Amino acid sequence: MPTDILMPALSPTMEQGKLAKWLKKEGDKVKPGDVLAEIETDKATMEVEAIDEGVLAKILVPDDTDNVAVNTPIAILAEEGEDVSAASAKPAARAPQPNGGGQPAPTPDMQAEGLADRPAPAAREGTDQRQPAPAVMRSGNGYDASAEIPEGTEMVNMTVREALRDAMAEEMRRDKDVFVMGEEVAEYQGAYKVTQGLLQEFGPKRVVDTPITEHGFAGLGVGAALSGLKPIIEFMTFNFAMQAIDHLINSAAKTLYMSGGQMGAPIVFRGPNGAAARVGAQHSQDYAAWYSNVPGLKVVMPYTASDAKGLLKSAIRDPNPVIFLENEILYGQTFPVPKLEDFTLPIGKARIHRPGKDVTIVSWAIGMTYAIKAAAELEKEGIDAEVIDLRTIRPMDVATIVASVQKTARCVVVEEGWPQSGVAAEVGMKIMEEAFDYLDAPVVRITGKDVPMPYAANLEKLALPNVGEVVQAVKAVSYR
Amino acid sequence: MAAAARTAGRAQKGTARDAAKKGEIPDFSKDEELHAYREMLLIRRFEEKAGQMYGMGLIGGFCHLYIGQEAVVVGMQMASKDGDQVITGYRDHGHMLVCGMDPKGVMAELTGRRGGYSKGKGGSMHMFSKEKQFYGGHGIVGGQVSLGTGLGFANWYREDGRVSLTYFGDGAANQGQVYESFNMAELWKLPVVYVIENNRYAMGTAVHRSSAQTDFSKRGVSFNIPGEQVDGMDVRAVREAGSRAIDYCRSGKGPYILEMQTYRYRGHSMSDPAKYRTKDEVTRMREEHDPIEQVRRRLLDRWKLGEDELKAIDGKVREVVNEAAEFATHDPEPDVAELWTDILLEARA
Repeated sequence: MPTDILMPALSPTMEQGKLAKWLKKEGDKVKPGDVLAEIETDKATMEVEAIDEGVLAKILVPDDTDNVAVNTPIAILAEEGEDVSAASAKPAARAPQPNGGGQPAPTPDMQAEGLADRPAPAAREGTDQRQPAPAVMRSGNGYDASAEIPEGTEMVNMTVREALRDAMAEEMRRDKDVFVMGEEVAEYQGAYKVTQGLLQEFGPKRVVDTPITEHGFAGLGVGAALSGLKPIIEFMTFNFAMQAIDHLINSAAKTLYMSGGQMGAPIVFRGPNGAAARVGAQHSQDYAAWYSNVPGLKVVMPYTASDAKGLLKSAIRDPNPVIFLENEILYGQTFPVPKLEDFTLPIGKARIHRPGKDVTIVSWAIGMTYAIKAAAELEKEGIDAEVIDLRTIRPMDVATIVASVQKTARCVVVEEGWPQSGVAAEVGMKIMEEAFDYLDAPVVRITGKDVPMPYAANLEKLALPNVGEVVQAVKAVSYR
Repeated sequence: MAAAARTAGRAQKGTARDAAKKGEIPDFSKDEELHAYREMLLIRRFEEKAGQMYGMGLIGGFCHLYIGQEAVVVGMQMASKDGDQVITGYRDHGHMLVCGMDPKGVMAELTGRRGGYSKGKGGSMHMFSKEKQFYGGHGIVGGQVSLGTGLGFANWYREDGRVSLTYFGDGAANQGQVYESFNMAELWKLPVVYVIENNRYAMGTAVHRSSAQTDFSKRGVSFNIPGEQVDGMDVRAVREAGSRAIDYCRSGKGPYILEMQTYRYRGHSMSDPAKYRTKDEVTRMREEHDPIEQVRRRLLDRWKLGEDELKAIDGKVREVVNEAAEFATHDPEPDVAELWTDILLEARA
């Protein structure tokens, strides 16, 4: 049967082109790969090759024709010995088009007049079905974290550092596929001593010192995770993870989606994040907002030792990539931790650190230190603040924030990172979307200042949030 | 191309060098020739069809064809064992087909349909198959090198005797993470064959304009990784060098580099203006070094197959490709609900 040779699209955006020159003439035999004609687009001259074997029966569009629409039949290919004259009468066959978006298939006339677009991919078409659920005022209960630790459980004081180490050790005992890898995690015992003792217990195969090569070992970790291992990749600090962020996002976060759910990366990237003390601009950045922006990642940011332990254990077991942001200043702080055989906490749930009725203060990680001190000061002035520890940045426990704001009608968000496009900005927007009607005052944020971190002690102090700012903000939203 | 015409083997140390002396490429048996012929033809016809369907607007976005390079994956796959992993960049259709992935599922992914390997959500550059040990399909140049090293790490960790075949191009070979990966792979003796598909152009930049050292087999020298240059247009040379490299890795000696000297006939992607090379160069490669034609000639001359027998193979391959194209044309687009699935896996309680 004769087949049409169609004007090909030679780029993602090409709609028409010039048929510059035929390199075969009517009656010529052609075989696959033979160059039939040259086509000029706005970008370049390109070649049309034969796909099938046969005889070039008829040329429908002659040399030097401008504005030939994509998919227009330009010639007819017949099998050897076939009646060529019959072929020329055959009407133009249309290529089936993707049906997404419900557009009619373009007709040759529409194309000639330039009225037809190339078929749009379905995902670009905006229909209601494809939009996220519209914002609604939400009424309901937040998460109750009080039941996480059974009553009567013995509590042991330990530092965040020890809690993190215990979490890793317990999970490594439980699952031989779990290993920890990073710079100085083994023989040095951890640059911040978080992996202390792990080499001695688990040996060099499961506690792996890497060269200083963040991009490489982050990718190596993701590759190992794709094949089913459960790596814990320690960054000496998340500042260095900027060298590796391509693998965290392009390889770890997106592969599950790109594979249609076939292949995910069960991996934890952990390490200290944010400002320490007097280490300058390149070692003091808070990356919560960066990772928070990415679908396919979970972002955990604990404050207490108990949360650090329970959440890290859950993160290691989670089948998804988890960014676990720690803080150098918190490493040495001591908190009560439940003495339980296997203590895990749900990722994506906030914890009401201090119940209150007058105002909601939302914070997380090191930000909690300002929020808690501010709440204590405010109590002296008769303001009863509810302090929410978000614990997980993504997915965000918006329900708990909203439930609190419904009660207090006021909210201050405290974040150590930069203000623009920060996590506090997201919390504020969520409240706008879901609890606007309950507010008696605009949501206010206290954040790190919009400057690279200075070195000088006095300037560094100014660049970070402080308790006084939080107290002032709470008074402002309380109109006091 | 003088480089590609060289015979296999310029290993830099040990037994590999001895085995790779000029002229020692063992001939294929008739069955091996037929296997290689079918596999390479399947890739070529599949890619030609993909190019045609792109022209018809059925395939969108980027589409990087493998035409000309077929002998590389086919020869390597003939040298590998079940369980060995394959990972590559975005010029990935051929790799998927030789891994045994269904041409229908691959083509339907190209057309963005629900029956595609990634349900239409990945596209030409992003397909995976855990079952066939194909790990993608990666769009960031060089990214697959660290990932493939991680596959090798997992093999080393599990001591399961598998080897990671990590493919990348002459362009990716200049990315920093390649050398970070080389360093770790040799440091820990990871079983990774780094297959550098040198098709002479990183997009439109010829290797001599992008690379201070154009002998890519030497790129592991400062890490003590052995390497060889291989005539990547001769499937027998590829299989021979591949076997040597894979055996080396599997025996626990560490990684190995193979520079496959090959050539792509088509543009970098579908919208390549091809201004960076002459038409004569392409024609010469096609006429003098075509990997499929080489096998075809041997089947006719040495194995005395008739034209009709080869035509019958061609017909069968076409049938497979046409079925794939037919399926990929009429399979529906993904359900709109798929927009919101496969972002996160449910955590087990």
